[in-house]
Amino acid sequence: MKTIVGLEIHVQLSTATKLFCGCSTDYRDDEPNTHCCPVCLGLPGALPRLNQKAVEYGLRVAKALDMEVPEESEFARKNYFYPDLPKAYQVTQYDKPLAIAGTVEIEDDEGHEKIVRITRVHLEEDPGRLVHVAGGSKYSLVDYNRSGIPLLEIVTEPDMRSPQEARRFLNKLRTILEYLGVFDGDREGSLRVDANISLEGSVRVEVKNISSYKGVEKALTFEVTRQKNLLRRGQTVTRETRHFMEGRGITTSARSKEEEHDYRYFPEPDLRPLRVAGWVAEIDLPELPVARKNRFMEQYGISLNHARTLTGDPKLADFYERVASVEPVLAATWVADTLLGELNYRDMSIAAVPPDRIAELLELLKEETITDKAGVQVLREMLDSCAAGKPCEMPAAIVEREGLGKATGGEFTPIVQAVIAANPQAVEDYRTGKKGALNFLVGQVMKETRGRADPRELGRIVSGCLETGGV
Amino acid sequence: MVTESDIEHIAELADIGISKDEVPEFTTQFNAILDYFEVLDTVQGESAPADGITNVFREDEPRPCLPQEAALVNAGSTENGFIKAPRVM
Amino acid sequence: MAGTLNFSPDDRYNAFITTCREAPFCDGALAGTAVAVKDNISTAGIRTTCASRILESYVPPYDAHVVGLLREKGAAIVGKTNMDEFGMGTTTETSAFGPVRNPVDPSRVPGGSSGGSAAAVAAGFVPMALGTDTGGSIRCPAAFCGIVGLKPTYGRVSRYGLIAYANSLEQIGPMARTVEDVSRLMSVIARYDPHDSTMLDRPYDHRPSADIAGLRVGVPEEYFGEGVDPRVAETVRDAIGVLEGLGADTVPVSIPGMRHALAAYYVICTSEASSNLARFDGVRYGPAVDTKKTWHEAYQDLRQAKFGTEVRRRIMLGTFALSAGYAGRYYAKAQVARRNIKEDFERAFRDADVIAGPTMPTVAFRLGEKTDPLSMYLSDILTVPANLAGVPAISVPCGRVDGLPVGLQLMGRQFEDERVVDAAFAYEQEVRR
Repeated sequence: MKTIVGLEIHVQLSTATKLFCGCSTDYRDDEPNTHCCPVCLGLPGALPRLNQKAVEYGLRVAKALDMEVPEESEFARKNYFYPDLPKAYQVTQYDKPLAIAGTVEIEDDEGHEKIVRITRVHLEEDPGRLVHVAGGSKYSLVDYNRSGIPLLEIVTEPDMRSPQEARRFLNKLRTILEYLGVFDGDREGSLRVDANISLEGSVRVEVKNISSYKGVEKALTFEVTRQKNLLRRGQTVTRETRHFMEGRGITTSARSKEEEHDYRYFPEPDLRPLRVAGWVAEIDLPELPVARKNRFMEQYGISLNHARTLTGDPKLADFYERVASVEPVLAATWVADTLLGELNYRDMSIAAVPPDRIAELLELLKEETITDKAGVQVLREMLDSCAAGKPCEMPAAIVEREGLGKATGGEFTPIVQAVIAANPQAVEDYRTGKKGALNFLVGQVMKETRGRADPRELGRIVSGCLETGGV
Repeated sequence: MVTESDIEHIAELADIGISKDEVPEFTTQFNAILDYFEVLDTVQGESAPADGITNVFREDEPRPCLPQEAALVNAGSTENGFIKAPRVM
Repeated sequence: MAGTLNFSPDDRYNAFITTCREAPFCDGALAGTAVAVKDNISTAGIRTTCASRILESYVPPYDAHVVGLLREKGAAIVGKTNMDEFGMGTTTETSAFGPVRNPVDPSRVPGGSSGGSAAAVAAGFVPMALGTDTGGSIRCPAAFCGIVGLKPTYGRVSRYGLIAYANSLEQIGPMARTVEDVSRLMSVIARYDPHDSTMLDRPYDHRPSADIAGLRVGVPEEYFGEGVDPRVAETVRDAIGVLEGLGADTVPVSIPGMRHALAAYYVICTSEASSNLARFDGVRYGPAVDTKKTWHEAYQDLRQAKFGTEVRRRIMLGTFALSAGYAGRYYAKAQVARRNIKEDFERAFRDADVIAGPTMPTVAFRLGEKTDPLSMYLSDILTVPANLAGVPAISVPCGRVDGLPVGLQLMGRQFEDERVVDAAFAYEQEVRR
């Protein structure tokens, strides 16, 4: 049974001020109702003033998604009552959106490239934030700091065929938006998704209010199972709106009254129409993920997988380009595999890592001053001190302090001799042809030297000692 | 023609409370007004794009916000800097 | 600060909702002049009610742009004037603070919705006042009370701080006993304000001139037809004759779209109002909403209790006109009609420099005379076209019928407010001599 998914994505644009007033958008750590003015509080008599930057950001997205920008677009009022909506209407765009008909390329579940069509993008204002008081209180609390933050709504055609595809689409979209410098996906609540999902031949269900990338896949997976189970039991799927309960990973039916919407859209009389189609030609797009990935492979000679990982986040790609000159392939391995893994483990962002430290580490590795294993140890020390908010020591200093410099053959001879002496059984096994015994002995020496020796070189020394019987 | 139940539906949409005994009078008045509005059926012509000025913008430069107490001063009730509103669950 | 003006009028006409007994003022063109402000224009620190229980104790934290300009030029803001609730009326009887009486004849209404401002000026409490005009709300009370009132070109005066009734139609404008004072007040308030995106930077800097030789005055047949009291029509024709005597030429013009004007106007203004007034839910301002109820229930109870009947009726009409299945027949058609009327005016202004007619079809009604909403709406027929077309229009007293004032309405091309002021000034100077 084919699964059909379409998405409506709301992303907060990273402008300095709100969509229709000069209040700062940097509200996340501040007291409630401190980023407000008559306009975003919806005080009587206040009038909206459109932020030009938000329109420019919207057009940047339109160009990157290869969209058509109509000659004229216009804001409209969407009328409904809800305590987080200060004017009881949302200023949005209705029949004259900013841009229409675009595309995003993703990989389908078989790894083939496919196109997801974008129906439209439009600008609108974010409502305030409702806080539901714990303990069954009989009222809500409203904070209007978020009210008026510019949102770009991106609507897709029903072109995705699985929850996994939807997730990949979102990741791709996020990457593009971050490349364009119009969105910061690290900010809490900066992305919200409504998903339409149906099984072929059955009705469509809308799942509202999904606020994370993982949540989209989870919510859709839950819905696929729920709808399949209904059909399997001979029941029908109801056409309805459902809410995603992030904590429980399930969707629940919204009350039917909330669904009876008649938004009574009409053009916002306090704003003038936009005629910005001509601006699109002037926009210089930055290099987008696909182009950058291809360039990385060509320019740096790195693998498709490394190129894909490194270009998946513009900050990571920038970081890589700052350290790649040391040795591109070595740098790709260390950044895409080792560094990224260590960052994820610590829940750290690449922004917290000084590139010059990693460049120096790569130099030490390239010069074979330290072993890979010692390199990992140095990296961990650096990240741990970064994470603890301490100054990040230079790798060479760590090597010096910890004595992690690669040891030369002669230094190990006494240790090798001690290990051989302590493991007669392994020596015997080696001599009777069990090659595994060599690895065991090398491992023992590595342990004693805390990774400072190059395992291959150590192998030669140990086998040399065994062959010559030179104990 | 609108019926009394149309009037009740409109009141619901507009979140305007309406008492049972007001409904008949509102319905009668509505129908008189809507009869008059029928003249609009004879309007000739197509809707055309808006005329006048376009592209009116503001620079993306932060301006001072209201102090919290000014933002809250007209609210009926507040709690810890939040404005109290009816429950939605 | 230059001084304080003591203000304690014997407000027997109920013209004010709030008076400021000690009104501060600074130096400037209007230094020390008492100016009354309609109570739908926000004044920082002075409550602004729109004559509604729902804003009974609302004190704006900011000044409307025009109020800031008044203060800057030295005006003493002495009070907030009574009005029809949210501007929705033609008589000032829908105020939650009681009706205003017409100083010319206290058994009559002063007209509306800026009835308080008109009465305050006519009674001599203040030399000038601000009103607002959505479909005639400055011109109608000016005509009924025998004073002068100008509805400026749409986009000439900032609406920032004006509590919206119908955004695409309304303007703040000056009211005074003389054209000269109207012009003075206009030159203070018509200053560019970037807060209002529908505004153009076309400041008004004008001293009225009585020289109208060669002015072409268009006389539309539609302004003298059915529904217009023949004695009012006659009085206005005589006034036009005075303009001819001053060297103006009259030309017949036609506004065929007039037959749709009133319906189009009421569809548009109620539609916009239904959205504008939705924010009054008792959460951020206004009487505290009952937070223990669910939100729809709480809002419905509050809005039923605190809005007057006419406001509720118009909110419901607009909600209906925008609702699914009806928007095409009402809202969309009204927009087409509006455009047609605008084109009618453009055509007429090829042959005429100003268009003249009565401001109102009758003289002031008796208090309580108009009970049926539709018959009340019909009395706006001669004022709404200027709002639909966005053109400037002035009402200047031009005689009396049954001892009650009649207004001559003069409309001009967009941004030619100066020209209608000059025509009104020429008439006024001539008849006062």
